Amino acid sequence: MAVHDPTPIEQRILSVLVENKPGVLSHVVGLFSARGFNIASLAVGETEDATLSRITLVAEADQKTLEQIKKQLNKLIDVIKVQDLTDEGFIDRELMLVKLRNSPKVKEALVSLSAQYRVKLVDENPKLVTLECTESRENTKKLFNTFKELGIDEIAQTGAVALSTKAPKD
Amino acid sequence: MGWDFIVPYSPYIRKKELMPKMTGAQAVVEAFSREGVEFVFGLPGGACLPLFDALYDAKFKVILVRHEQGAVHMAEGYARSTGRPGVVVVTSGPGATNTVTGIADAFMDSIPLVVITGQVKSFLIGNDAFQEADVTGITRPIVKHNYLVKNAADLPRVVKEAFYIATHGRPGPVLIDFPSDVSLQTIDFEYPETVSIRGFKPTLEGHPGQIKKAAKMIEESKRPVIYTGGGVVISGAAKELIELVEKTGTPCTNTLMGLGGVPGSHPQFMGMLGMHGTVFANRAVHECDLLVAIGARFDDRVTGDLKKFAPNAKIIHIDVDPSAISKNVKVDVPIVGDVKQILVELNKIVGKADCAEWMKAIESWKKESPLRYKDDSEAIRPQYAIQRLCDILGSNAIVSTDVGQHQMWAAQYYKVDGPNQFLTSGGLGTMGYGFPAAIGAQFGFPDKTVCCITGDGSFQMNIQEMATAVLHKLPVKIAVINNNYLGMVRQWQEAFYNHRYSSSTMSGNPDFVALAKAYGATGRHVVKKAEVDEAIAWSKTITDRPCLLDFVVTEEENVYPMIPSGKSFEEIMDMA
Repeated sequence: MAVHDPTPIEQRILSVLVENKPGVLSHVVGLFSARGFNIASLAVGETEDATLSRITLVAEADQKTLEQIKKQLNKLIDVIKVQDLTDEGFIDRELMLVKLRNSPKVKEALVSLSAQYRVKLVDENPKLVTLECTESRENTKKLFNTFKELGIDEIAQTGAVALSTKAPKD
Repeated sequence: MGWDFIVPYSPYIRKKELMPKMTGAQAVVEAFSREGVEFVFGLPGGACLPLFDALYDAKFKVILVRHEQGAVHMAEGYARSTGRPGVVVVTSGPGATNTVTGIADAFMDSIPLVVITGQVKSFLIGNDAFQEADVTGITRPIVKHNYLVKNAADLPRVVKEAFYIATHGRPGPVLIDFPSDVSLQTIDFEYPETVSIRGFKPTLEGHPGQIKKAAKMIEESKRPVIYTGGGVVISGAAKELIELVEKTGTPCTNTLMGLGGVPGSHPQFMGMLGMHGTVFANRAVHECDLLVAIGARFDDRVTGDLKKFAPNAKIIHIDVDPSAISKNVKVDVPIVGDVKQILVELNKIVGKADCAEWMKAIESWKKESPLRYKDDSEAIRPQYAIQRLCDILGSNAIVSTDVGQHQMWAAQYYKVDGPNQFLTSGGLGTMGYGFPAAIGAQFGFPDKTVCCITGDGSFQMNIQEMATAVLHKLPVKIAVINNNYLGMVRQWQEAFYNHRYSSSTMSGNPDFVALAKAYGATGRHVVKKAEVDEAIAWSKTITDRPCLLDFVVTEEENVYPMIPSGKSFEEIMDMA
C-alpha cells in the first residue's frame, strides 16, 4: 500500500534554531499557514549567540504531517536546526499573567495553589489581584481551568519555551 | 611612488584601496558578470532606474520585454533549456507583482531564477509610497528564498548567495528586493569567492546502504517500473537514466516534466503516465511490484487516487529534496541526494531485473490500446498537426507548450530526443508560459529550432512578447492549435458539467496571422490536412523572424486517455 497509515494527532514540541534576522519569523509562520499545519503556540527569543534565535514551537499533527513540518522547516534557508524535543526529554515553561477579583475566596485559593504550583502574587489592590504563573504546559492548563472557575478579569499567556534535558555527548 | 611607500605597512588598507568603488547598482551588474550571466530579461521603472543605468554599460545582453510576466517566463525558458540560472530585473510595485505568476511557476517546477525587483527608497518602505508593494511578503511562499537589501555593502554577498541557492539542491527562484537609495550608495566592491550559508547544506551524495538495497530490490523484482520526473532533467542525469533502464531491462515512464529524460523513441519507454498518460504506462504502474521513482514527486496529476495508486508495489524514491519523500506516498527505500550522483553509483552495482514476461505483457497492452486518435477527415485533427510538427521540425527541436489540451497532445505526440528540450508549465499550469519560454530558449540556442505549441486561449495571455521576438529577429515557430475554445475547460464541461460550455468559447479571437504580421513577424493559416506538411516545411525556411502557423483544428476534440481527477487507473477513459 502506498498510502500512509493514519496516526492520531498529537502535540509535538519543536525547538528551531534560526538566523536572528528580520523576516525570518514570517517565513516560519507563513510556512505553517501555507501548508495547512497547525501551531498551538510559538515563542521566539535571541540566544547566547546574538546571530541566532530559538523558536519554540508547539505543533499539532499526525506522524506524517509532523515529518513534513520538520522537513519543510529544514528547507527554509534561514533555519539552521530543527529539534523535536518530544521524545528526548525536555523542560517546558509557559508564563501566564492573570487578574482576578480580590475576594477572600480568591486569597484562600491562592494559598493552596502557590503551595502546589509556581504561582506568585505580583500585584494587589482592593479590587484586583494579579498573579504570575510559570509552569509547564500541562500545569498551566490546570491553573487556567482553576482561574476560570474563580472568575478571570483579564489574562495574558505566552507560548511555551522549552529546552532539551538530554546530556551532551562529549 | 609616495603612495606606494605608505600603503604596504597596512595590508588591510592596501586591499581596501585596490577594491574598486562602485554604486550598489553597479555592484549588482558586476556581480552578474562574475556569475557569467548572458542575458537579463526585464523592464525598467522609477525604482530601478539606477540599476538600468548601470545595465546600460553591461557586457551581457539586456532584453527589454513588453510585460514583466513575459520576462520571468523567458528567463525560465532560458534556464530550462540551457541549465543555467535565468535572471530578471524589474521595477517596484506593479513591476514586481507582475512577476509573481512567473516566480510561482518557477517555484513549482524547480527552475533556477534570480529576480531583482526595484523597491521604493528604504526610508519610505511601509509608507504606502508610489509604486510600493511588500514584495518580500508577497513572494515569501513562492520563492526558495528572498532578500530585502538595506545596505549596499551586503550586495556582493547577497547576489552570490542568490545564485548559489537558486542553482544548488532542488533549484528554484530567489528574489532580491532592492530599494533605489541602496542602489545609489557607494561601496568598496569585493566579490566573495565562496558561499557559506549555515542553514543551506543540501545532501547530494546518496546513502550507499540505501543504494545497495535499491539495486537488490530491482534485481529481485518481477514487474518493475522506472518512473522519472523533472529531477532527472535538472540534474543532467539523462545519460545515467538510459544506462539504468538498459542495464536493468526495466520499462520506463516519464512525468510531464520528465519528458526527454529518456528519448521518446526508446523501446523501453512507455510514454507519459498520469491523467493523460498512455493506457499501458498507467496499467504497468498499476500492476507493478516495484516502482522506482527518480526525481519525481507523486503529484496528484500522476497518482490520482492515492489509495489505488501502484497498490501492489514497493517504492524506491530518489530525490534531492527530503521533503518530497513520503509527502504523498509511503516510501520503502528513500534515497536523498542528487539524482545523477545516485544513478552513477546505482549503475555500478545494479544487475538485470528478471522481467522478460513483464515486458511481453506491456508490449501486448501497448498493441491493445496504443496512443491513438481518429484521423478520418479533411479537417485537421490537433494530434495530427502536432505529430507532423514532430516529424518535420525534428525530435531534436526545443519545444515549449502552453497549458491545456494542446499541452497534453504535445506531451503525447511530440516525442523529443533529449533532456532540456520539452519546456512546459507542469506544476502551476500557467497559460501564457509557452511563447515567452520559447523566446528565452531561442536566446540560449540561436541556431536550434525552437517551437512553441500553444492554444488560441493561452497564446493571448502573453502575445505582446511578439514585439520582443521580432526586435531580436528570433525565428521562433509558433504553432497555434486553434479550436476556438479554452479546450481543456470545454472538455471537462463536456464530461462532467453536462456540456454546459460556461465561458469557455473564444469568440472574439483575432486573426492571429494578421496580428503576427502587424508585429513584423510572418505566418499562415492552415485549414486543411493537406496543407499541414507544406506549411511546417515553409516555417523552417523563415530564419529572421517569428513564424506563426494558425492550425484551425477540429473544435471538439478530447484528450485521451484520461483518468478523471482523483480517480484510479481502473476508471481510465480511452477513446471509443
